[in-house]
Amino acid sequence: MKRRTFLQQTTAAGTLIGLGGLTLSSFSAKTKKITILHTNDVHSHIDPFGPNDGRNANKGGVARRATLIENVRRENSNTLLLDAGDIFQGTPYFNYYGGELEFKLMSMLKYDLATIGNHDFDNSIDGLYAQLPNAKFDFVNANYDFSNTVLDTHIKPYKIFIKDGIKIGIFGLGIELEGLVNKKMYKETVYLDPIEKAQDMSRILKEDEQCDLIICLSHLGYNYKNSPNKVSDLVLARKTKDIDLIIGGHTHTFLKKPTIERNSNNENVLINQVGCYGLYVGRIDFYFESGKEKIANSRTIIV
Amino acid sequence: MKLRHLLLWSALGFILSCKNEVHLNKIEGQRISISDSIESKTDIEAFIKPFRERVTKDLDNVLAYASDTYSKTDGELNTAIGNFMADAVYLESNPIFKKRTGNSIDMVLLNHGGIRAIISKGNISARTAYEIMPFDNEVVIIAMKGIKVKELIRFLAERKRAHPISKLKLTLDQDYNISEASINGKSIDDSKTYYVATSDFLYEGGDRMTFFKPNEGVENLDYKLRNLFIDHFKKIDTLSPTIDNRFTRLKK
Repeated sequence: MKRRTFLQQTTAAGTLIGLGGLTLSSFSAKTKKITILHTNDVHSHIDPFGPNDGRNANKGGVARRATLIENVRRENSNTLLLDAGDIFQGTPYFNYYGGELEFKLMSMLKYDLATIGNHDFDNSIDGLYAQLPNAKFDFVNANYDFSNTVLDTHIKPYKIFIKDGIKIGIFGLGIELEGLVNKKMYKETVYLDPIEKAQDMSRILKEDEQCDLIICLSHLGYNYKNSPNKVSDLVLARKTKDIDLIIGGHTHTFLKKPTIERNSNNENVLINQVGCYGLYVGRIDFYFESGKEKIANSRTIIV
Repeated sequence: MKLRHLLLWSALGFILSCKNEVHLNKIEGQRISISDSIESKTDIEAFIKPFRERVTKDLDNVLAYASDTYSKTDGELNTAIGNFMADAVYLESNPIFKKRTGNSIDMVLLNHGGIRAIISKGNISARTAYEIMPFDNEVVIIAMKGIKVKELIRFLAERKRAHPISKLKLTLDQDYNISEASINGKSIDDSKTYYVATSDFLYEGGDRMTFFKPNEGVENLDYKLRNLFIDHFKKIDTLSPTIDNRFTRLKK
């Protein structure tokens, strides 16, 4: 009931972008729907904020998020639940249990995939490694070289999911750790150029793996106004191609709706980030039509 | 019902299974608020409960008593809460540093912005330490020549903020010029080495404190400030710090 109200509100407030070509298929077709749910920068916020909190009173909470996710999955079983990093650090739960509770709860909520944020190194790379058995989901990152660390072979650059016959490729990108994280925490982790790695990843996922949908889980940050050349999700979107959605984190940016940016092929890319502390969950629904011919640039984006 | 559904989908899947026959033609995006209008899922809530109880019990265990409410906004260039924090860093770190290196801490410098909450009158628990110091900053001790310490002192005079200090006495004139600066009752000697305790955050240039580098050596105590405050709360019975004359400005 409440969800319906929300949907109406967002539709009313939303914008509709139709790009050249047809928005209605002229041939008989079957629609397949893939739902992506995502969080970022939850920072160990397991309990909802208390009633006396000055900013976020009575908001958030993992147990409520669980209800929401279950409802969405009931509505569409072809749902993926993703997190863009900084799972750790922010409440005494992390100081006490070192991330055990965060990973166990995310497993109970059936997270499908996550990437690594800078704060996930706060108990050092060994602390992160020690908690991995509590995560029943995988982590992806394509621009950290973990070869000389305990995480070697444990973190894959990308993962492919097949839902209702739709092939979804998801890769991860992390922020430069030097200056943000003490070297003794990340140890021999080597940071590689995220743009170059993203270009490699999108080529592999599009051409080699023939994915229908390509998603980047990024902890690069949404945008840096004072240093616009610093790599961010907006920069990433413009300098790459074939990525359909960038799910971001790090900058705790509360986007009311996803940003639509043009990539190097002048095609649309969606960028979304839902602030922090589990106050919101982002939802993106992808509708696929099956038909004999693919009509270029015929997609409609409603945000 | 489910089986029929599955068969139907399989059939469709078979018909449409040729590669490149699907294409993305519509995307919808929205943000969903997690508010108290969403019921908590009971099994998740039940799973969290023992962890929460353990943390709550631990954090809310009374360690000391604050005889008043202390805020970093009470005081011009030194505050009771800041004095308490800087003195606690000295008292808890100096024995460790002395044991490790044979040297003694000469002064402590923290930052005013690093005092993240008030200490309320009444019971003090470990939660108080998490509130005033939520970050995992650690104590570092920097060996600095007197000439660099003077740079630190000029910074304090220029910023005009109640950055917490201990063991350093600094008096400014009414125009914020340095009137008198001393450590251990003696004025600062340019060529002498002083041991200055601070946090790793400030040592790395946090709060624009760029004077710590270069230096004569650094010792990280691997001791979190928050744990230091918890240890200190356990040792004291009553917390009653005061504003004093360690960092002041002369009035007309």
